[in-house]
Amino acid sequence: MISINAAVIDLKRLDLLANSNSLIHSLDARAKVIVTFIFIVSVVSFGKYECARLLPFLIFPVVTILLANLPPLYFVRKIVLLCPFILMVGLFNPVFDRTVLYHIGQIGISGGWVSLASLLIRSILTIGAAFLLVGTTGFTATCQTLERVGIPQFFVVQLLFLHRYLFVLADETSRTSRARELRSCGKKGLGISSFGSLVGHLLLRTWLRAERIHTAMLARGFTGQIHALRQSHFGMYELCFVLGWSLIFISLRMLDIPDALRTLAAGFAQ
Amino acid sequence: MSHHIIEVTKLQHVYPDGTIAIKDVSFRITHGESVAIIGANGAGKSTLLQHLNGSLNATSGQIRIGDTQLTQGTLPNIRRTVGMVFQYPDDQLFMPTVFEDVAFGPLNLGLSGSEIERCVTEALERVGAEHLRAKPPYHLSGGEKKRVAIATVLAMSPDILVMDEPTSGLDPFARRQLISLLRDFKHTKIFTSHDLDMVLDLCQRTIILHEGTVMADGPTSDIFRNETLLSACRLEKPFSMQGCPVCGRT
Repeated sequence: MISINAAVIDLKRLDLLANSNSLIHSLDARAKVIVTFIFIVSVVSFGKYECARLLPFLIFPVVTILLANLPPLYFVRKIVLLCPFILMVGLFNPVFDRTVLYHIGQIGISGGWVSLASLLIRSILTIGAAFLLVGTTGFTATCQTLERVGIPQFFVVQLLFLHRYLFVLADETSRTSRARELRSCGKKGLGISSFGSLVGHLLLRTWLRAERIHTAMLARGFTGQIHALRQSHFGMYELCFVLGWSLIFISLRMLDIPDALRTLAAGFAQ
Repeated sequence: MSHHIIEVTKLQHVYPDGTIAIKDVSFRITHGESVAIIGANGAGKSTLLQHLNGSLNATSGQIRIGDTQLTQGTLPNIRRTVGMVFQYPDDQLFMPTVFEDVAFGPLNLGLSGSEIERCVTEALERVGAEHLRAKPPYHLSGGEKKRVAIATVLAMSPDILVMDEPTSGLDPFARRQLISLLRDFKHTKIFTSHDLDMVLDLCQRTIILHEGTVMADGPTSDIFRNETLLSACRLEKPFSMQGCPVCGRT
């Protein structure tokens, strides 16, 4: 129950962060969506054993956090919470892929461990970028931009409604589970049977609420089409933002920066 | 101005499970009237209200809004004329921001650009919620949500305002603010409420529903003085008409 409330507060904080004022916040949402998309494509396009060449991509989240005055620990905590799920995805990589790729001293590092590390870095980078996009643009503006770049309105409206009613549903869930908890006298309620009934009630309430919302929409002239309001401007700043970051991402993708630095360092050493 | 009139004739609604929610209900509300529909829980108030803009279809009987009879064909026009404010604002505020929510109806009416801006700003200013325009609805307090819900309806310039339990769940200050706001509206107004003091404040006329039928229809002050009638309909006098709980004086 507490965790549901905490999650909702956490989600609201992400929304509030998007309402701040900064250079990044003031940019048109389309520019940020395009840059994030190019960033994600660049990161995931690397080979499965690539690790070192992914690290320079950290420049994007770091610069965004600095320019947008976002709390870095908040985002780090969010990403850390997702790490166990990422690890579960790559859990069997070290088991199935035992080809030794590198040696550190006497210890051989298999391809499985390297691909697991690569998966972890890539996930941290891409999830972090998605969080930063929502944290600097807002969920609504992000969804509306998705619609403008061609995602069907049906999906976008579903996402918007999901986001809107997530808070109401979380509130209802938390109240219902509190009522169950208070009458459980410290035990686990009536086990799975009472839990099943609780979930069933929530589903029915959600259904009824959906009907009431639909009635409210019809009462205000809804005919199946959501008319979105668009107030944005894609100007010179946005163009520079998109071109600048795209150039950086493509350069980082094409050039082997860590190798170049290594060569440079070796040159200086000689 | 005739579209400000509501005429309900022998209305009956039977739910699919066989429950007769309202039977043989008839009344006529004229331009500028402020009418309360009161009754105990389950008396059929909300069911009746939902018929007034076609959210529910009558099993039998007729509803006329002005010169127009309510049918499937006339629904869009009637829904613009009859603005409905729901009991739970969370059901009514479904768009991502207050501005977009208030603009939802006008956009469906075909307005655009500066017209939308003007109409949304006017509606929000009218309910004193202009400062909330950029906020998401889930960040608002109960009183703020109620005001914005009213703005969403006002933005469609309805001739008739129908409100289900407008003061429920509000703190005393927010309730008082809302009552002052509603008093200033010149629309034809129809309320359902258990807040009989609000009814006394705002409505010159009251209709009592009991088990789906009209038990009384007349001036609010006369109805609230009739203790036998109120008691038969499981109602009580408003607090302001009851004696002092300490000394018993009225």
